[in-house]
Amino acid sequence: MPKLTVDGIEVEVEAGATVLQACEEAGKEIPRFCYHERLSIAGNCRMCLVEMERAPKPVASCAMPAADGMVIKTDSDLVKKARNGVMEFLLINHPLDCPICDQGGECDLQDQAMAYGFDSSRYAEKKRAVKDKELGPIVKTIMTRCIHCTRCVRFSEEVAGVGTMGAVYRGEDTEVGPYIEASINSELSGNLVDLCPVGALTSKPYAFTARPWELKKTDSVDVMDAVGSNIRIDARTGEVMRVLPRTNEDINEEWISDKTRYAIDGLKRQRLDRPYVRKDGKLQPASWDEAFAAIKAKVSGLDGKKIAALAGDTVDCESMTALKDLMGKLGSPNLDCRQDGSKIGGPRASYIFNSTIAGIDEADACLIVGANVRAEAPIINSRLRKRWRTTAGDFKVGIIGEKWDPTYKNDYLGAGPETLHEILDGKNEFAKVLKASEKPMIIVGMGALNREDGDAVLAATRAIAEKYGMVSGEWNGFNVLHTAASRVGGLDLGFVPGEGGLVTNDILDGAAKGDIEVVYLLGADEVDMSKLEKAFVIYQGAMGDAGAQAADVILPGAAYTEKNGTYVNTEGRAQQGWRAIFPVGDAREDWAIVRALSGALDLTLPYNNIDAVRSRMVELSPTFASLNVPTKAEWTDFGVSGDMKSDGFVSPVRNFYMTDPISRASVTMAKCTEAFVKDAAAEKVA
Amino acid sequence: MSFIDRTARSFLLAELVSGMALTLKYMFKPKVTINYPYEKGPLSPRFRGEHALRRYPNGEERCIACKLCEAICPAQAITIEVEPRNDGSRRTTRYDIDMTKCIYCGFCEEACPVDAIVEGPNFEFATENREELFYDKDKLLANGERWEAELAARLEADAPYR
Repeated sequence: MPKLTVDGIEVEVEAGATVLQACEEAGKEIPRFCYHERLSIAGNCRMCLVEMERAPKPVASCAMPAADGMVIKTDSDLVKKARNGVMEFLLINHPLDCPICDQGGECDLQDQAMAYGFDSSRYAEKKRAVKDKELGPIVKTIMTRCIHCTRCVRFSEEVAGVGTMGAVYRGEDTEVGPYIEASINSELSGNLVDLCPVGALTSKPYAFTARPWELKKTDSVDVMDAVGSNIRIDARTGEVMRVLPRTNEDINEEWISDKTRYAIDGLKRQRLDRPYVRKDGKLQPASWDEAFAAIKAKVSGLDGKKIAALAGDTVDCESMTALKDLMGKLGSPNLDCRQDGSKIGGPRASYIFNSTIAGIDEADACLIVGANVRAEAPIINSRLRKRWRTTAGDFKVGIIGEKWDPTYKNDYLGAGPETLHEILDGKNEFAKVLKASEKPMIIVGMGALNREDGDAVLAATRAIAEKYGMVSGEWNGFNVLHTAASRVGGLDLGFVPGEGGLVTNDILDGAAKGDIEVVYLLGADEVDMSKLEKAFVIYQGAMGDAGAQAADVILPGAAYTEKNGTYVNTEGRAQQGWRAIFPVGDAREDWAIVRALSGALDLTLPYNNIDAVRSRMVELSPTFASLNVPTKAEWTDFGVSGDMKSDGFVSPVRNFYMTDPISRASVTMAKCTEAFVKDAAAEKVA
Repeated sequence: MSFIDRTARSFLLAELVSGMALTLKYMFKPKVTINYPYEKGPLSPRFRGEHALRRYPNGEERCIACKLCEAICPAQAITIEVEPRNDGSRRTTRYDIDMTKCIYCGFCEEACPVDAIVEGPNFEFATENREELFYDKDKLLANGERWEAELAARLEADAPYR
């Protein structure tokens, strides 16, 4: 632990820390462009120069390892002069187009030029201009603004794992960009925009639409996948302009996926903004009272067993609580939050990501079963990649299921249950890896569990977990990777069939046969709507997607940006998001709709505000008592061992960019699909 | 004594005479009033009157939608919305000034990096109703076209002091 003095303040830092980190420890702010704590050190912008005693000239603090007895000065005249010089050089070729630059107002170069720049330029020669690069539908480039910090190069190389970016030519001719003219095919490419300290890489969908100072910032939680990435929603005049990541070391660090970031433009189209009631075979606009009356006419007097409810993938826990209680009052046991029919829902340890996402940083081997982690949860995939990088390749990953490119070294073991058997019997090479490792983990995806033999697969994976010491003492490496943001919350709340109740597939079959007469779809769009033709369908949700088309009554709900909501991520971590804007038109917060409907049906639910709903949630599950911390689940028996079919596991996410009604309505996601997925599909056909 | 003095003055109409004398004096001095609206007083090149959005000589609008005027406006009278134009350049789709909110401080003009929004010499834009004072982009550009010669001259006159 080296001890050093920074401006007279003595600090002790961890071995391997840099002088820059020591200066931050001492509370000194060091300007920087190329240095980023999550990327490797480049040391090429030279902005972080500090004066070090006994050194002949200023040193770049980001690249200088802290050593015992160093005496650092960060605010001497020499340092100021050196940084002024560096800034002047950086500004030689940087255009003065801040007024039209989207980075203006949140630009590192702009801010630091206020402190270190001169008021006028001494440079009279020609400025250079660089041709813009085409990086696809997400990142817009204005390469003349580039200051060659290479953050983007390092990010795509290290975090995203697609080595497409690089710096070519030398000296003044240096150009940063893709080596060959190609879009960045990564689910994390939006983070390049955040990383770029200047306006060279900016967001294409957000181009020119707003300025950072006019945005209202709201903390929220992402619902596009089950990771529960922490996000900040920036809104202006009742419109969500952009989504940015919030740092949360335990979940998303400071990255978010492109779907999280850019699917929000889907919220501006195909919205349900008023109630509808089907009259004469056509959905007609109606008032809330008419809609409730239509439901009452159908539901009152009906046997509870003939009513069913399905919860969708992006639903908040408050509305599921309200609907669960309403179904209880209606006497219906038929409710399910597993639209895909996956066989999960036993003890808590059987359906959460037990090791937690941060736990990946401790694991030393990983078996992935039936999950295309890169498409289902890019953030978790980048965490796996980070683990693989930090262990210099010692982190062994085995994949069972479809072949996919995880961006790190892996062993493809097989397509389906047979390989599971092989591993269980110790016949597979990877079994030795698992045996040798101290903290092995298994990630079981929905592709393995949404099959008819899901129970047996679950039992087999559990057996593997137990056999290879994945569950021992504090360490629990049995992980289920969900694809739906609402799933774990729904299971925790018990939004599953009650006694004698039907699961999703039985509800659908029952509706097709006419046994189920009323189906309440709470944002559920992914089920086979053709089976619901005979039933009376109530659709409550924000988007006009498949569910709304099949509906007899539409109750317009709020999207995740428009309500205060609790979501439980795949780790079992309950998190709350706040309302950024008001719902469109007549739409209301979802729990309030269910509460209002209960009043109309004379079955009034016992809560009048969201706090009361939340205390009801705590009653239902202790998950909701401790927010933001995943509660450890007890390891108990689950799964039903049995025969598994020989078919390979197939990931439910076929197109990363379009998985839910919001992303399906999004223009940006459609462009991404066109750019990145179409040719993959074409390949498949060929 | 003062009583006699005062009485004498009042009988001799002294106040009246001195008043008339003053009137007579001003009759021979130059007039300070002007025959508005046929005559107008001189205006400084820095006079802050009605707003206008200017164009470049080639007809391209100057405004690049940087929103600095909107940000600086202390009365929050300016509303701007932006979209990339078809050629990819940054342009406003909406540029509104609420002239009833405006306090004519001239900050917008100061903030503008391209001399697009200016406060011109025109102060005679009274209207019959409020709505006419909610200026939109077309109105402001039209102002710019109408006043361009004077706007350019004013800017040039003031340039050495900026």
